[in-house]
Amino acid sequence: MNATPSGDTTPKTVNKITELLGATRRRKGLGIGEKWNALPKQARICIALVAVALLYLLPWINPPIIRTEDTDFASLLAGTVVPYVLVALGLNVVVGMAGLLDLGYVGFFAVGAYSVGVLTSKHASLPWFLAMFIAIAISMVFGAILGAPTLRLRGDYLAIVTLGFGEIIRLSAQNFGWLGASEGISSIKRPPSIGPLKFTVLENKGYWVFGLSLILLTVFLISLLETSRVGRAWTAIREDEDAAELMGVPTFKFKLWAFAIGAAVGGLAGAFYAGKLNTIYPRDFEVQKSILFLAAVVLGGLGNRWGAILGGFLVAYLPERFRFVSDKRYFFFGLVLMIMMIFRPQGLLPRRLGRGRAKGIDIRKHRAGEDEDDLGVVRSSGRG
Amino acid sequence: MTRWRSEVLLEVKDLQVFYGRIQAIRGISFSVAEGEIVTLIGANGAGKTTTMKTMSGVRPVAAGSVRFDGKDITKMASHKRVELGIGQAPEGRGIFPGMTVRENLDMGMYLRKDRKSGAAAADLERVLILFPRLRERINQAGGSMSGGEQQMLAIARALMGRPRLLLLDEPSMGLAPMLINQIFRIISEINAQGTTVLLVEQNAAKALKIATRAYVLESGEIVKTGKGSDLLNDSAVRDAYLGGK
Ligand SMILES: Nc1ncnc2c1ncn2[C@@H]1O[C@H](COP(=O)(O)OP(=O)(O)OP(=O)(O)O)[C@@H](O)[C@H]1O
Ligand SMILES: [Mg+2]
Repeated sequence: MNATPSGDTTPKTVNKITELLGATRRRKGLGIGEKWNALPKQARICIALVAVALLYLLPWINPPIIRTEDTDFASLLAGTVVPYVLVALGLNVVVGMAGLLDLGYVGFFAVGAYSVGVLTSKHASLPWFLAMFIAIAISMVFGAILGAPTLRLRGDYLAIVTLGFGEIIRLSAQNFGWLGASEGISSIKRPPSIGPLKFTVLENKGYWVFGLSLILLTVFLISLLETSRVGRAWTAIREDEDAAELMGVPTFKFKLWAFAIGAAVGGLAGAFYAGKLNTIYPRDFEVQKSILFLAAVVLGGLGNRWGAILGGFLVAYLPERFRFVSDKRYFFFGLVLMIMMIFRPQGLLPRRLGRGRAKGIDIRKHRAGEDEDDLGVVRSSGRG
Repeated sequence: MTRWRSEVLLEVKDLQVFYGRIQAIRGISFSVAEGEIVTLIGANGAGKTTTMKTMSGVRPVAAGSVRFDGKDITKMASHKRVELGIGQAPEGRGIFPGMTVRENLDMGMYLRKDRKSGAAAADLERVLILFPRLRERINQAGGSMSGGEQQMLAIARALMGRPRLLLLDEPSMGLAPMLINQIFRIISEINAQGTTVLLVEQNAAKALKIATRAYVLESGEIVKTGKGSDLLNDSAVRDAYLGGK
């Protein structure tokens, strides 16, 4: 099913929906990828620069159709899209690259947000950027603390333990007066102005520029890791942990690194979120968030950082864009996700074979009888 | 490289291994000297794979000791043993299904510092000469290859790490008769090029033919040992493992 172009086999309406999501991209997308690589280097740099510039200017351009009618577009970009994209990037390291199913990722997001809350409002008044760095470090430590005892577990067990971790973090925030209990933490500091960049209630554009810069920096650092020995170790672990060990890969150490790095990025997202919203409540960090985060990564394409960005964007953006269907929007969103997963199980932007990333995580490995199909996809689409 | 070396490379003493309360290995001792091909033969469930897993460190030891090159490695983690020079092609192949053949071979060199050097390229060339089939499939996903091809890939990948001791668990499993002969020829060749081999086989006749020495494993105990050629002519061994006559 997957190996044939979806247009031949799917009903028209479904096709339209998937097309809307860019799901038919594989047909054209591969071509784009090939053309892109065939371009001279200067041309590629120019196009990339223009694209980045356009992204930065997005709230000023405020493009029709794309912009949201019911919410302030800049506010959506800064307050929702940035945290989701960062989270998707970080979770993609854990789930997509190292193949560790983490269902409690919202816990790290919460640790980052609460760290900034505690350090700039509740119990101290540190400068915002200092608090951000400390938040990242604390989240990383939490990642290591959660990882050290649990990463010896495999697959389903790890998923359950991490699920519990997310809830423990939320319940701690809910019940400890020191963390504000159910009132949460308010009056969290905003980042200080950087030159012309202002961060105020009404000025979302500054947050967008800052947030987009964080995203680009994160992508850059993750790309460096991905092409290094660390990335090769993660790929091997995801593909077959025992075999990786037999190749001399210290699997536990690298799983722990994946967890800690993922947690750090999640913490960064939380710190940004707290600095943007200025008030955080325990209910912002419920288990559904973890599931949405995972949905973003799976939707975008496990193991592909561009996919993670796209998935994070869509999960943040679509429910707001289609706000006019009001309370049914999550229903439609869920429906779109299901259709996606049926017709394009490898996500919108699947990982490529030629770079050692082809097979999904356990979720798909456990789907009996799909192996050949997966490989069929790999073979037909992975040559590019 | 068949120069005479009597140095013991791997030495196992009174090894015991359990799965829960089931004892799979009941105090076996054996050794492999540098340059040898030593084979463990035995029926299904005799404990051959368990022994191999203990050598590579995937299974913990309950009692006894394992020494490699004079060092006690009884409790050493798997990946550290690879550093010392123990390479393995595990039973059931254990290749990386989503990586191409080339990437699988590259993973075999994970610990080597000279991955980008001429020596690495020469090693790649060497295994591709041993296994021409892999050259034809170099950009194919490992998981999409046939069982026999995956078996070859697993052996080739282990060789890329330049192991001093190569552990092979049933390399002929699931291969066509013609390929089986080829695999045993290749094992002899690898050995002649200087790699010591510990070989586990169901195919006792073929294994004994190329082995320097052999051990017969029965229900977790070693019941017989001797030169490969001697066991090949041993009537008890013939009856039990070589189909009588
Ligand atoms: N994971 C396990 N849990 C419990 N018992 C096991 C496990 N693996 C192996 N055993 C038992 O240990 C014994 C030895 O098994 P092992 O796999 O070492 O046999 P083998 O000699 O490799 O057999 P074969 O020729 O069929 O591969 C068997 O009785 C088997 O049932
Ligand atoms: Mg076995």
